[in-house]
Amino acid sequence: MISKGNIWKFGKNINTDVIMPARYINVSDPKELSLHCMEDIDSDFMKNISEGDIIVAEENFGCGSSREHAPVSIKAAGISCIIAKSFARIFYRNAINIGLPILEMDDFVDECTTGDIVRVDLLEGVVKDLTKNKTYKTTPFPRFIRDRDIVYAGGLKNYIKETGDL
Amino acid sequence: MGKTIAEKIISSHAEQDSFEQGEIINVKVDFAFANDVTGPFAIKCFEDVGKEEVFDSEKIGFFLDHFMPSKDIKSATQSKFVKEFVERYGIKNFFHSGTGGIEHSLLPEKGFVKPGNLIVGADSHTTTAGALGAFAIGVGSTDLGIVMALGKTWMKVPKIIKIIYNGKLNPWISGKDLILYTISKIGVDGATYKVLEFSGEVIKNLSIASRFTICNMAAEAGAKSGIIEPDEETIRYLKGKCDNNYKMYKSDKDANYEKIIEYDVSNIEPQVAFPSSPENCRPISEVGDILIDQSVIGSCTNGRIEDLRIAASILKGRKAHLNVRLFIIPSTQEVYSQALKEGLIDIFIAANAIVSPPTCGPCIGGHMGVLADGERAISTTNRNFVGRMGHPNSEVFLSNPAIAAASAIIGKIVSPEEVN
Repeated sequence: MISKGNIWKFGKNINTDVIMPARYINVSDPKELSLHCMEDIDSDFMKNISEGDIIVAEENFGCGSSREHAPVSIKAAGISCIIAKSFARIFYRNAINIGLPILEMDDFVDECTTGDIVRVDLLEGVVKDLTKNKTYKTTPFPRFIRDRDIVYAGGLKNYIKETGDL
Repeated sequence: MGKTIAEKIISSHAEQDSFEQGEIINVKVDFAFANDVTGPFAIKCFEDVGKEEVFDSEKIGFFLDHFMPSKDIKSATQSKFVKEFVERYGIKNFFHSGTGGIEHSLLPEKGFVKPGNLIVGADSHTTTAGALGAFAIGVGSTDLGIVMALGKTWMKVPKIIKIIYNGKLNPWISGKDLILYTISKIGVDGATYKVLEFSGEVIKNLSIASRFTICNMAAEAGAKSGIIEPDEETIRYLKGKCDNNYKMYKSDKDANYEKIIEYDVSNIEPQVAFPSSPENCRPISEVGDILIDQSVIGSCTNGRIEDLRIAASILKGRKAHLNVRLFIIPSTQEVYSQALKEGLIDIFIAANAIVSPPTCGPCIGGHMGVLADGERAISTTNRNFVGRMGHPNSEVFLSNPAIAAASAIIGKIVSPEEVN
């Protein structure tokens, strides 16, 4: 699994209310939700991004509400991967469950800049900042998630469809 | 090595005999629920998996509360979608409008939470149920859809942080102040992936309502769950709500905690969380002059009868400031009915408050009290993120019901001492 795109960098404690404001979660169509992705923290986000771009953030990305609409809108917006110093618990589960790739890293997050073009190899855990010509290594998904192939099956639902059980 | 209450509950629900902290295991679920926002995704997931039946139609609940009464055609369509699923699969527990209320208040009120239970809800504030000695975790919709299919879920066995509160509380200090104080100390990611076990003499003497408030906002510290050992007070609360078939686990003295944090809370003041984070707390004496446009008393955090009684004790014979919209939201129909019987609703109406039907409404900026550009609210709810109650340039300050009531009268954020 390879992602490549421009990065969009955010701070710490980015909560699911600013990722997907509650006033828009009266629907559950991913494309419709994605129209408002990140709206309350960057109202131009959807205008600026391109398919395959990558979100980068500091600690505790996705804190707050359990709304799966948040990672669903990010995935439907075309974001290929999120790299943060850490993720909030429910967001982390939700991202894995819907097959949205996420990575936890410190050094890359500290050094990268919005607009950098980055290539991410999820299976190897290698992130290359092509703009800065610097390569970073991280642990790929936790082993259990790889063992159970949840993300690579395209999410927990597909995994259960294939295997019938957890 | 002894075990904590949370670990004992996890053990009794695990598919495997032994496990360690950090390990990923499967656990059986006693009760699973979703609402009108998280339900539709969960239902689609369940139906895509292709099981013909839910794992147990009596152990699943749907609570229409976030946009109830439906605020527009889209939210009405979501609720209709849930209703049709409930009918199609014969789900036994369905609550909405007149039969309902806010899920985390209604769940224990209807006897769905018993000590020793493992409960999974598609809502972050599912942690509330931990106040009765259950292990209750919030999940997303896909997780819940899978629970509906299999009756179990995967979890990483969490580390446990024990919080011990010592001392004697000042007047006006409630569970809300204790949890805001705690979040201000440990931070909004202070317990991420972990369980917060609340204990100490202060908790033993605390009402169940305040215990609910504390476990409710464990979510704001990033916790997987908040939990309190059940005691005599718990048994008294449960009487008449559920059967006696439950297990009252206690933590062993030599249990393995990642951290034990002790607070002497004898001298703490009522807390106010400033925008835009629940950790951004100040004692009421250091708040300064904050004019408000709105005061909200309600939610899964502070919409119980005890909260309304405190608000009424301050509002009695007084009126909300002309510049302030005061919204009071009983968290369930039963709370509403009790408030009527006790004359609280008359007090609220005489104070120029609007009494709303049970709903999450303004807490999520959904409806029933949304803020305009530049407006400010004092609120007994649980989050004050950017845009949480409406316009991204509006601001929410979090407090207990006494401060929210007093502030409504004066028109700025004040201590209840200033009106009494």
